Amino acid sequence: MISNRLTGRRALSAVALAGAGILTLAACSGGDDGDADPTASGDTGSEESTGTTSEEFTYLGQTQNTTIAATLESLEVGACSAAADGTPLSTDAIDGTTWDQQLQVLAGNDALSNMSMAAGTPSLMKEFVDAGLVLNLSEAFAELGVEGAVLPAAEATLKQLHQTDDLYALPTEYNIEGFWYNEDLFAEAGVDVPTTWTELVDVAATLNDAGIQPFIAAGSDGWPVTRLVGNHIFRSLGADALQAVADGEASLTDADYVASADAIAALGDAGYFGAAPGSIDYNTAMNQFLTGGGAMFYMGSWALGNFNDEEQNQIGADAIGYFPFPEVEGGAGSIDETPANAGIPVMFSASHYTDDIGEWLACIAENYGDVALAESGQVTGFALSETPADQSELTTMVQDQIANAAGSVLWFEAAFSAEGTTVSQTNGGGLANGSLSGAEFMELVQAANGG
Amino acid sequence: MEKVFRNRMATAVMLTPALAVYTFVMIIPIMWSVTYTFQSGNAISGFEFVGFDNWIKFFQDDTAIDALMFTLRYAVVMTVLQVAAGYGLALMYIFFLQNKSPLVRTIIFFPVILPTVAVALMFSRIFEAAPTEGPINTILQWLGGDLTDFLGTPGTAFWIVILMDVWRSMGFYAVLLYAGLVDIPQDVMESARIDGAARWKLVRRIVLPLSLPVLLSALIFSINGTLKVFDSIVALTNGGPGTSTTPLTLYMFRTSFAYGQYGYGSTVAFVLTILCLLVTIFIFRSMRRDVTE
Repeated sequence: MISNRLTGRRALSAVALAGAGILTLAACSGGDDGDADPTASGDTGSEESTGTTSEEFTYLGQTQNTTIAATLESLEVGACSAAADGTPLSTDAIDGTTWDQQLQVLAGNDALSNMSMAAGTPSLMKEFVDAGLVLNLSEAFAELGVEGAVLPAAEATLKQLHQTDDLYALPTEYNIEGFWYNEDLFAEAGVDVPTTWTELVDVAATLNDAGIQPFIAAGSDGWPVTRLVGNHIFRSLGADALQAVADGEASLTDADYVASADAIAALGDAGYFGAAPGSIDYNTAMNQFLTGGGAMFYMGSWALGNFNDEEQNQIGADAIGYFPFPEVEGGAGSIDETPANAGIPVMFSASHYTDDIGEWLACIAENYGDVALAESGQVTGFALSETPADQSELTTMVQDQIANAAGSVLWFEAAFSAEGTTVSQTNGGGLANGSLSGAEFMELVQAANGG
Repeated sequence: MEKVFRNRMATAVMLTPALAVYTFVMIIPIMWSVTYTFQSGNAISGFEFVGFDNWIKFFQDDTAIDALMFTLRYAVVMTVLQVAAGYGLALMYIFFLQNKSPLVRTIIFFPVILPTVAVALMFSRIFEAAPTEGPINTILQWLGGDLTDFLGTPGTAFWIVILMDVWRSMGFYAVLLYAGLVDIPQDVMESARIDGAARWKLVRRIVLPLSLPVLLSALIFSINGTLKVFDSIVALTNGGPGTSTTPLTLYMFRTSFAYGQYGYGSTVAFVLTILCLLVTIFIFRSMRRDVTE
């Protein structure tokens, strides 16, 4: 009996000691993670290129984006065959819905590919830059002698997006956004292209009465709907309106911001987004538009790849027209401020950067724009050296719009935190199907954005 | 045998490998995660100590409390329905099918082995409202109802998730409970039948009390599994619409990996752990009470 109690007590103290030891160990290592401070951002580019060769050039992208991988493969056998000699291309793709999460896990394990699509949320990209995980491309370009490969407008957009002084991502897309409309359906209902918000609502009403679905939006993904909210805010309150919210000078729950959300909620209430918009995802919405399921489709010019594809586009490329987001009467913004972005650009990892990768980088900088345009009709932010002869009208129109844009604005969630972005996008469908009011939506997003 | 167990050296040698693996794979990460609850940050930007801030934040966070309520609601409804459906099926196997039951049992068990994502995709197509109507909406409109966006409204989305999960798992519980029911001695049943007991009385007075142990173990199994639901919710609604079908597991996943807040995410995870622990203790105590009766 006595011996049992003694051994029991001994066992108990042993367990207690072990538990305390484990807790101390874990707490110490937790602290070390923060102490293992990376070198100051911006210096990593020039200090890291100690290695000279790489076995292969790895690229990781999203399955939803096939253009980048296809263009890289063309470059491998074409203009970049010299760089590919000894350092072949190896591409991989994962689904884009949990892209940011995957990138964080890879980054935490130092397993980022040489080249990969950048983080979807600009705030996460900023974290990567601050932690020194991303190659400083301004310095790398200077070293490789390919300055000027990126168009100034694209470079400015990216620096504004990431709030950095140097370039950290390549604009494999340079997109403008606006309403793409089905010209045949417009003719059928007898409506003209609207230039003001009131005209747009009238056009939608006329189309709805004619039995045509006025707007197509992927409510399940949310951002196609929140883009409309953001643009309405830019048009009514000016191009700095959302940066003011991010800086804490204004709040999304202010009356004039809520008015924009209410304007979109009114469209949803009236049923202009069709039945069950909250269950429609990006691919379904694209397919709906290209098979004549609706009249107006707010989207970016990255969709040109789909519009120019004859298999997907059943209404014909000639039937698709474009008009910019209309102006709001009495608003501070103008119709010439085109929503522009660089899509999800690509970044290079700083930790596995070698001379071989540098060769690839230089070759991509000089040739990507031409190959992407020629083969996929993709407008990029790279400087072009040749214009393809048989370019589609839509592509030419987009290039003209970019050239003539007086200014550019970003998008609704561009300056928000990761949490704010997620909450905004998961509730976009609610705005489109009329289940959320503008005020409720803005409250949710403001709260999630740390307000 | 007793000599081997009495020999402490032998016991230690036999236990150590498994205990070491268990400690390194389970205990240490759990302890590590507990220390994260007092810190904030992530793998990229490092951690800093914040004391009890995460805990205070949890109880003031509406989304977190909603997720907790959803988890509890889902667990209770699912357990009741799963085990009831399984029990009903098991009784059917015993009374109506008897020897012919293997084929029916297999067919009803089949959904258990189907991949969750495939089942979720099937259910989302069945209840679809746009761009093409699914079968349910077609039937509903034929009967004179309206086109309903089942997965787009919070109330109906909850019941679609329940329906999908019950359909998937009732076969498993049917087989589990059938194994327990089969153990009931046939002579007891026979004597009760001879005494004139109708089928319903038979179930209530004889079968139910004698199958209580296996029923309770099925309940524990079910509660433990349903408190930690993740894949069926993500595959079907991804926590939507908004956050109305977000359980604690999905909220923890999103907080840690989408928002990059490992500290707060660990707090949510620990709350879930405490919840599971409380429920298990509660069930075990009530089970002990039953057996001593």
